[in-house]
This record gives sequence, C-alpha cells and structure tokens, in this order.
Amino acid sequence: MAEPLLVVDRVSQRFGGLLAVDAASLSAPAGRITALIGPNGAGKTTLFAIISGFLKPSAGSIRYNGEEITGEPPHRLARRGIARTFQIVQPFAGLSVLENILVGAHLRHRARTAALAAAEQVGREVGLGDMLGRSADTLTVAGRKRLELARALATDPKLLLLDEVLAGLNPSEIRDFVPVIRGLCARGITILMIEHVMQAVMSLSEHVFVLAEGRIIAEGSPAMVVADAAVVEAYLGHGAAAKLGASHGL
Amino acid sequence: MKSVLPIVSVIAALAVVPLFIQSNVTLNFLVVTLLIALAGQGWNILGGYGGQYSFGHAAFFGTGAYVTAILQMRYGVNAWIGFAVGIAAGAAVGAIIGGLTFRSGLRGSYFALVTLAFAEVLRIVASVAPITGAGVGTLIKLDLRAQALQFQSRAAFYWLILALVALSLLIAWLLERSRFGAWLIAVRENEDAAMALGVDATMVKLGAMVLSAAITAAAGCFYAQYFLFIDAGIAYGTWISIEALLTPIIGGVGTVFGPLLGALVVKSLSEGAKLVAGDAPGLDLVVYGIVLVLVIWFAPRGLIGTVADVRKWLLRRSSRSVREAGHG
Amino acid sequence: MSVLSPAILIPAILNGLLTGAVYALVALGLTLIYGVLHIINFAHGALLSVALFAAFFAYQALGLDPYLAIILLAPGFFALGYGLQRFVIGPASHGDDRNMLLITLAIAIILENALLYAFRADTRTIDVPYAFETIDFGFTFLAVPRVIGFGAVFIVALLLWLIMGWTDIGKAIRAVAKEKLGAELVGIDVAHVYAVTFGLGTACVAIAACLLIPTYYLNPHVGNAFVLIAFTIVVLGGMGSVPGALVGGLVIGVIESLSGLILGESLGQIGIFLIFIAVLLVRPSGLFGARA
Repeated sequence: MAEPLLVVDRVSQRFGGLLAVDAASLSAPAGRITALIGPNGAGKTTLFAIISGFLKPSAGSIRYNGEEITGEPPHRLARRGIARTFQIVQPFAGLSVLENILVGAHLRHRARTAALAAAEQVGREVGLGDMLGRSADTLTVAGRKRLELARALATDPKLLLLDEVLAGLNPSEIRDFVPVIRGLCARGITILMIEHVMQAVMSLSEHVFVLAEGRIIAEGSPAMVVADAAVVEAYLGHGAAAKLGASHGL
Repeated sequence: MKSVLPIVSVIAALAVVPLFIQSNVTLNFLVVTLLIALAGQGWNILGGYGGQYSFGHAAFFGTGAYVTAILQMRYGVNAWIGFAVGIAAGAAVGAIIGGLTFRSGLRGSYFALVTLAFAEVLRIVASVAPITGAGVGTLIKLDLRAQALQFQSRAAFYWLILALVALSLLIAWLLERSRFGAWLIAVRENEDAAMALGVDATMVKLGAMVLSAAITAAAGCFYAQYFLFIDAGIAYGTWISIEALLTPIIGGVGTVFGPLLGALVVKSLSEGAKLVAGDAPGLDLVVYGIVLVLVIWFAPRGLIGTVADVRKWLLRRSSRSVREAGHG
Repeated sequence: MSVLSPAILIPAILNGLLTGAVYALVALGLTLIYGVLHIINFAHGALLSVALFAAFFAYQALGLDPYLAIILLAPGFFALGYGLQRFVIGPASHGDDRNMLLITLAIAIILENALLYAFRADTRTIDVPYAFETIDFGFTFLAVPRVIGFGAVFIVALLLWLIMGWTDIGKAIRAVAKEKLGAELVGIDVAHVYAVTFGLGTACVAIAACLLIPTYYLNPHVGNAFVLIAFTIVVLGGMGSVPGALVGGLVIGVIESLSGLILGESLGQIGIFLIFIAVLLVRPSGLFGARA
C-alpha cells in the first residue's frame, strides 16, 4: 500500500519547560477522512499548528506526498495543497464574502476575473451563494464557518485540515454541515479534522487518533476508539473505565 | 471603484485649473497640496492598503530629495535623470528598511518605532555629512529651463505634480484590482489567515514598502526641484512623516482618493489656521494633531470611508424597510 | 593624555551612570505603560518637554526649587496622565492598537508644537545656586544635582516597587498586566487601572524633569531626544520590565558617555539609534523582557 498522503512521524513540541506534544505520530490516507480527538488541552491545536507550518516542531518529521515538509512556512504548504481552517474563525472583516474567498482563489488564479469566477463557484458549493455580496462581519457563526471552509477550498487543496469546524454550531447547523464535509471527501480531498462533536466524528471519519497530554494514546476505527479504556480514562478521569465497565457488565 | 472614469474626470478637472487661476499664491497652494497628496499616497500603499503604519516615511522623501539634488549639484547629472535615480534610491531604502524589519517579523508599534528610528538616523547623518552640505543644506542652482526640470511658470510645475499624482492614483486603482492588492489587503486584515491561504506575507509587505517608498521619494524629488533648497530638517524631518500619514487617514485609508482629499483638507486647515492666528511655527502641526485625534475618534475610516459606511447603513435601512413593508 | 586613560574614563563612566539614572526614570514610565497597556506611548517625550517647561516656570514664576517642585508637579502630572488616558486615548482609540499608536502620536504632535508656538524654539536654562557645586569623591568630582538625581531615581523605583507589591491598586495593575480579561471578570475597573498606570508613567516623567532641570537646558524638542533614548532602553531592557529599565538606563548612559567621548556629540546619538534598531531586529524581547 502506498504511503498515506500525510505522515506525522514522532513530532514533539517543547515550549520552554512544557512538552506540549510528545512524539506524536499519525497519518491521513489519501481520499479519506481522519479524525484527531482528545480532551481539552491535549495539544491538538498545537499539532495542527505544526502540520500547517505555523510552528516548527522541536523534534520529528512531517511528510506530505512522500516529501519532507517539516518546518516549511504556511504559504508554501498552501501552494503544495495543504489548507487549514482556524478554530477561532478569522474572516477578513472589512471585505465581502466573495472578496474573502477571492483571496484563496488567487492562489491558483492570477487574473482577477478567473479568480472571481472560481471564488463564486466555491461560495455556492458551501451554500453561501446568496450572501456573496455581504460584508463578512455580518455573517452568523454558521455562516462564518462556511466562509472559513470556502476560503480554504478556494486554494484547491489536496489535504484539508479542519480545526473544530463544527464548534459553536447548533444541532441543525451541524446536520447541514456534515454532508458538505462528506461531499468534499467524495471529490477526492483528504481531510484531517480535529473535532469534539462526537456524532460528527462517528459518522464522518474512518480512522481516529486520540491525543491526550501530548501523546497519541489510541487509534483505530471510531467504534474501537470510543470503547478503548485508555480513551475513556483520558476524557472522564482515572478509574472511569472500570466504573463504566462494571455498570455495563463488560 | 469599478472603472477608471472617476480618476480621469478628477484629473481632467484639476488639469484645467491653471487656465482659470493665474494667482501665484493659489497655484503655490495647489502645488504644495498635490505634493503632500503624492507623499500621502505613498504612505497609503503601505499603511492604508497594507495596514503597516510607518512613522518614518521621511526616510524616503528625504532620500529622493537629497539624491536628486546632490546628483545635479555635485555630479552634473541631468535633472530628469536625477529625478528617476532619486525615486530608485528611495525605493532601495524602502527595500532595505523593509527587508530588515519584515524579516524580523516586526509588526504594529514596533514597526512604527523602527521606521521612526531609521528616519531619525538619516536625518542626523544628513545634518553632519559633508556631501549634503551638513547644517547649511543643499541649494539647487536656479536654471529655469525644462531640461533642468525647472520652469518659469508655476503652472508647468502644477501640471508636472498633477501628472505624478495622476500616476499614483492609477497605481492605487490597479492595486485594488490586482492579485497583489488582494493579498496585501488580506495581510492587513489578518496576516495569519492570509498565510494559510498561500500569501507570502513577508514578500507582499516588502513589495508594498518598495512601491510606497518610490512614490513618496518622487514627492521628495519634486520638492527639491520646486523649492530649490533642502536641509536635513526639511528632507528627513518629522513634519513630512506626519503629513504623509495624516493625509490618507483624514481622507480615507486604503482608498484611491483618500490622500488627495486629505491633502486638500490638511492644507486648507493649515492656511485657515495661519489666517486666524498668524504664522508662528508649530501652529499648523498643533491643528494637524487635533484633527488627527478627532478623525480617529469619530471617523476612523476617514472622510471617504465614513461616507461609504453611511451609504451602506442607509442602504441596509432602506432594504429592511422595503422588506418590512412587503411583509406588512 | 590618551582618551582611554583612567583619569578621563572613570569620570566619563560615573557621569554616564548619573545621566543613565535619569534616562532610566524616563524609561521606567515608558516600560510601565507598555507592560500594562501594551502600547508604546509616543507622547512620552512631549510630556517630558511639557514637564520641563512646567519645572522651569515653577522656578521662574514661583521661585520654587526644582526638587521642591516635585511635590507639586508629580501629582499634577499624574492627574494629567490619568486624564489623557481615561478621557482621550482610551475613548478615541476604540480599543484598536493601531489607533492607539496614532492617538499617542497625535498628542505628541499637539503638545510639542503647542510649546513651540507658545514659547518659540529658544533654549532656556535656570540658574540654581547649587548647579555647579561638586562633591569630591577622592578620585573625581561629581556635580551635586546629578548625584541627587541618581539617588532620587532609586527612591522613586523603590516607591513604585512598594506600590506595585503592597497596595490594592498595585495588585490590580499587576493583574491587568498579566491577564486583562480575567481581571475584568473579577470586577477590576480596567479603564481606571489603565489611567492610573498612564498617570504613574507621566509622574515619573515629571520627576525626571525636575531632576534634570538644574543641569540641563530645555526647548520644545528636548523631550524627543530623551524619549528616543528611553525607547532604546526599554527595548534593550525588555518591554514591561522594571529592572530592565533600570539596568538598561545605566548601561545606555555609560555607552552614550563613552561614545560621545570617542566619537563626538552627534555621532554618539547615532550610536544609540543603531543599537536601538539592532536590538529590535535581533532580539525584540530585550535582555529581561517577556514577549515582544
């Protein structure tokens, strides 16, 4: 089997005395949806920052498409086809929705007319077709999440890193968003997502990695991982697995 | 701005002014206004569109002025060539300062500080270096021929500076519709998000700095040709750093016409203040300072920006009332 | 006699330390404001100029000795700083960092040029009887006012340290400096804390002015010269670090004295700027500083 599109190999990140990520390894096979979960403060966003080029890891390597990309800056990674969304959405507030997406589209289209056309198409795909002319700061949270996604999509990525893209959405908004994400995968885009919304993780991802206190403590299919005792302990605390096991007669 | 028509109309209107106004005093006022507008448009590229606030644009103005003056006076270089070299020298200084500061990742107040420091260093060097005439300054010899870039009639100077301003307006307009411009604005709004979308923020800022420096340097070159005298305090003084940032902020940062409008306001205020309170030094800058505070406080997007906001607000109100009427 | 002989070097170094102490006091105000408000106060220099003029007129018009004038000017300038931050800078900038930069710049422009307009650019000095008295330290003589200035700076630094550590407002200031949102959530009036901090920084400047005026001259632009040196100190010592400002001040004072000795007056000034630019480019967090 060919090497997965993204391989994170024993990456560590040290901030002074704090080891935020400890020899974490994960991989994202091409064309699939892989999830990275873990309790708060586990280091997931730090790991994302490393993969997307915003941080240089203290140790370890990252390979994309077979090539070493460790330490490359974000804009170079974007050109290679790695795009990311941010956990705290950061629209270009002074610009319209279309102008926001345009910035992403310009990566692949030099001329403004071509880029505008591409941006408009992406905007419609994520469901923002009616709001292209509106100022980005007038969007609701759900709208901003779609915009965040649209911007990243406009760069025509092969690997999409989604950082808690469903956070802050109500259940019906989540229900609307999940098919959009699945649709991206159907187009051949590889997705690595950090997510807390378990229903999305279960229904979307095929492979899950669990990060706790900077270390990968489990990986496997969603069903396997959720039943793993170590994972339960990481989320619910010491002894929780035993208690749950006792009450379920496992 | 969708079409280039507004620029063409404004420039055309301004171009015919000397046909109706012969007063030297008025023409001088207009020349100085356009000069400041040019310097301000330079600042606008980096500060308005790019969001990097420089407090030391005098570094480029002064370089343009000194290079063109020194080349003519000490090396007998033709004035037009000197002008071009002056612009190139200003751009080079921009590249150096930008290269040093942006590669170090300096942003915000630190960037403002460093640009201020660079301008001050240049001012001190110019005030003691023999090549600039040190404390005495540099005089360009009076030579009223077109080849020497000096003109008998003030109108000719007016048309020259107007042409330069027209060029700067065009550059801003092209910037707004270009990929580079979209990237620059993105960097202004959110540098990290821009980088994640493939924008090489450092190079974009550097490019903006070089363009910005070239335009402001052109204003400096023109100053030297028009006034025929510069010294360290004129060329690299804080006054020009201040006026270069004041005009776009008052007129509207990140807009094509902002600096021109702002220059008109600033110079008119200055003349008004002189009429009321006399010609003592310092007065016009006090007025500028007060206006700056008022603009930031009550109209931070400048005149043009505030008008645009009001229009948007009115549009939203009217569309809301139309919808409400429809549902009534 | 070689410039590097001890008879010339030692007084140069000692004088550098004495001057450096006053620089440190100016820098202290600046670093305090940065450490809490996270803005670079571009108005600091102009405020120093205003304070110098105030001390000057306190002497000329009221016959008030500069050291006594501290009692009048320190609280007065505290109030001025408080008012500026609370009623002008804070509201006008709408919380935007870039706007705060511009507002403090605007205030600097207004103050400096108002002084210029009112008092012209003439340089003035005052004549206190003890201005030229010196103390014999055995190996060298040092001017009395400058020695007093040195001591006073450390007293002020001590007072500030006591305020920060032992008073309620000091604790509130430290809380806001560390974690503004948290401080707000526990009920601290951040606008008030900001204003108090700005007031303290301005009071430092006023005291520095009173310490300077017996031996220094004044004109509307002097404040700027000092404040650029103060910026260098703050950047060198670390933005927001009080020990950094003190140590940095002394170091810069000595460097300035020595480079003035070796290179002459105006080039000595350039030396400071170049150090400033170099530090910003290479290690913006400074020697003692936290984040840049």
